[in-house]
Amino acid sequence: MPEPVQQTIRLSIGSRYENIELVKAVLDETLESLPIDEETGYWMGIALREALTNAIKHGNALDPEKKVEVCLAVGESGLDITVEDQGSGFDPGAVADPLAPDNLLKTEGRGIFYMRRFMDKIDYDFGAEGGTKVRLHKKFDASGGSAEANQGGANED
Amino acid sequence: MKIDKRQRDGATILDLQGRITIGEGDVALREAVLAAVGEGATNILLNMGRVRSIDSSGVGELVAAYTTVTNRGGKLRLFSMPSRVLGVLQITQLVTVLDILEDEDEAVASVA
Repeated sequence: MPEPVQQTIRLSIGSRYENIELVKAVLDETLESLPIDEETGYWMGIALREALTNAIKHGNALDPEKKVEVCLAVGESGLDITVEDQGSGFDPGAVADPLAPDNLLKTEGRGIFYMRRFMDKIDYDFGAEGGTKVRLHKKFDASGGSAEANQGGANED
Repeated sequence: MKIDKRQRDGATILDLQGRITIGEGDVALREAVLAAVGEGATNILLNMGRVRSIDSSGVGELVAAYTTVTNRGGKLRLFSMPSRVLGVLQITQLVTVLDILEDEDEAVASVA
């Protein structure tokens, strides 16, 4: 596979769940030209869904007037995805461990865990005037695929 | 998300097809399970064989379905899990809580 073309794609979406599919489609198209294998791309798609869900549901509280800004940045060695909402922020350190026995049967609280699991790195920025920006990073694999994620199975779409 | 309901040997089987993701399949799954429970079903089997993807909201709905059914004295089973969907449940250790069977015959036998 040729060297990936460095590019930046920016999207601004309204706070509606159906827009998750639009962003996911852009990610899928972007991944086609990158040295990231299909399996890894599948899990990246899940991580992106979780980031968008958090921004739309928890950040912007489903307010259709509030936007979610998405950026896909293809670099020399990996892909950075940033998702920024217009909410009031949160404390990542206060998020409960979904693997704790008391939390196993909770119906929420797994999204950040999945993002951390399926990406190489995630970090947060909180704007002085509110808003949460989460950055998801996945590095390219020198062999042409990607470095991890190996779950196997059916295609998502 | 498309959900078809059928009966077999006293069990209610919900055949799921599509994505169990936020705003789509999660709501459909919740409504289908609640409808089945409302109709008196106690043993509910979820055929996961044609589920393409699941996110944390979908996982939450599976947990809610499990709790809803078991709290009423019933049994909820999942079967024919695609490996990626199973992987999502494995990494959050839900395979230790949810009852996951290999195929429909096994699932039906488990609630007989």
